[in-house]
Amino acid sequence: MTPIIETRDLSKRFVKRLDLAARIAGSLGADVREEVVRAVDRVDMTVREGEVVGLVGESGCGKSTLGRMIAGILPPTEGRILFRDVDVATMDEREGKRAALQVQMIFQDPFASLNPRMRIEDIIGEAPVIHGIVAPRDKARYVEDVMRRVGLDPDYRRRYPHQFSGGQRQRIGIARALAVKPEFLVCDEAIAALDVSIQAQILNLFMDLKEALNLTYLFISHDLGVVKHISDRVMIMYLGRIVEVAATGAMFATPNHPYTQALLNEVPRLDQRRRTYQPVAGEIPSPLDPPSGCHFHPRCPHATRRCREEAPALREIAPGRLSACHLNDST
Amino acid sequence: MAGTGPTLRVEGLRTHFFTNDGIVKAVDDVSFEVDRGHALGLVGESGCGKTVTGFSIIGLVDPPGRVTDGRILFNGENLLTAGEKRLRSLRGDRIAMIFQDPMMTLNPVLKIETQMVETVLAHQNVDRSTARQMARDAMGKVGIPSPDERLSAYPHQFSGGMRQRVAIAIAFINRPDLIIADEPTTALDVTIQGQILFEAQKLCREAGTALIWITHDLAVVAGLADRICVMYAGRIVEEGTLDDVLDWPIHPYTRGLLNSVPSQKKSGERLEQIPGMTPSPLNLPPGCAFKTRCPRADRACDAEPELREPVPGRRIRCFHPHTQGPS
Repeated sequence: MTPIIETRDLSKRFVKRLDLAARIAGSLGADVREEVVRAVDRVDMTVREGEVVGLVGESGCGKSTLGRMIAGILPPTEGRILFRDVDVATMDEREGKRAALQVQMIFQDPFASLNPRMRIEDIIGEAPVIHGIVAPRDKARYVEDVMRRVGLDPDYRRRYPHQFSGGQRQRIGIARALAVKPEFLVCDEAIAALDVSIQAQILNLFMDLKEALNLTYLFISHDLGVVKHISDRVMIMYLGRIVEVAATGAMFATPNHPYTQALLNEVPRLDQRRRTYQPVAGEIPSPLDPPSGCHFHPRCPHATRRCREEAPALREIAPGRLSACHLNDST
Repeated sequence: MAGTGPTLRVEGLRTHFFTNDGIVKAVDDVSFEVDRGHALGLVGESGCGKTVTGFSIIGLVDPPGRVTDGRILFNGENLLTAGEKRLRSLRGDRIAMIFQDPMMTLNPVLKIETQMVETVLAHQNVDRSTARQMARDAMGKVGIPSPDERLSAYPHQFSGGMRQRVAIAIAFINRPDLIIADEPTTALDVTIQGQILFEAQKLCREAGTALIWITHDLAVVAGLADRICVMYAGRIVEEGTLDDVLDWPIHPYTRGLLNSVPSQKKSGERLEQIPGMTPSPLNLPPGCAFKTRCPRADRACDAEPELREPVPGRRIRCFHPHTQGPS
């Protein structure tokens, strides 16, 4: 399968600039420094055509930032994003626009991601008309088709977002993304805000659309059950770095990285009754001041001196399987 | 403390909201009990009335809402006829509540120490230094490192998970007989959720506290509860022991809910979904509220199903339940 999206050494740093007072204090010798958050730290990843890749991690691990850079709505600080083997930064305007349309994003909050003052037909129909995908006179029919595709009644096309429930709004968000005929969808916690029975409906919709339209997904979620269900491959992120990549079955059967193991162990499961919880020690460290070496070492039961000093590289430990842990060297 | 009865018995509770658009029957004829040292999972989706049930027990329902009927027996004493003064002395002492948002428990402008010491002094006849010592111990118990330093911090200096742990420490500090936990881990990450569940479980076992865990997450309940009540549109539709309900759900809604959870099925297969969505509480269909989404509904469901007990310890509100057997 050909790669549809690749990233090379992709980083995003958020810098809190010093204000005037701090700069004056700094020039007088006070110890003030700019605070830098390395939200995404030199990430190499690949998504191949027709694949569903799950991106998992806890709050603040950088998974949304990575997704937003791939979707083209956040410029990277460093590194490259390749769309079908071409660096998006080197594309001319026309090419760039075309590539940007091919990658669409579905957001977490169906209440915040729709313009409350636009009618559904405009939310869905505006972009395809502007980009010349449909002629203005065909807009109504096109919007109806897209609405039917995502399970919305076209009779509702003149309504406003507040007249819909959370699940229906998420369908509107999906319709808006699909209206420009993308190949690749970045779904950022796309079902996290929905009730359990509605989650199942939207997950089914994602699977149906993938079959019908031959889509590729980057599915960002903190919910391992959902990711296990929908993904072909899973990537685990911790404090800005990818720590493990594997096919879904292998990841859940034999997690390699200690963080993955801890994470899988913590997930509540229906078939584990009245279990005794054995929590991972400690908190997720602040990304402002990440631990040295391997970011997970303060919480890792197997940490050695090397883990404190040297950051492990993400490398292949078996065919198609990547892990960033020094422990793999000793065995 | 009353001897042998359950810590809490709720009988025929009705909490209705009298809004301008009509009466919302948020809780409608709900009954259950929780024994000492046991955990009850109160499960349902948004708007099913699970939170209002918790608020009704602790007496926090605000107008236009009102408890219109029923009894809430706490160690044998009916809380609905107890005065506000009596409720005040019970809340935070014998009954505690943990909210989804820890900032509902914590006062942002007071130090953690002040808030914890106050909780002790309001209910126990001890001096300030003993109270401080108790606060320190409670912080240590919920896994907060260096509790001495942390006591003099303000809530905004804590992360979300830490704040929730402080809120839990406050709930536990007077070793209450009953704790009502309303989605306390929903906003937290899995590794932090594991820590909170661990503490709740431990304190419940060691102090004999009865626990009501309100959640939409069946998997969390599976790890924690002894019994489960499933609520839909203000009513309990199914109740039973944890294993019975999860292994052999007999109400079509419970079965649908369990089938919607991805981990149940093999990866990549379509999930069995419940069609439609929860009806508006202002406009519930007559009869069984689930009938519009139920694959088994027929004309019998236009009448209101009573809560029956087909087998001892198992209650259900349905005319066409599944027979007991794997889902």
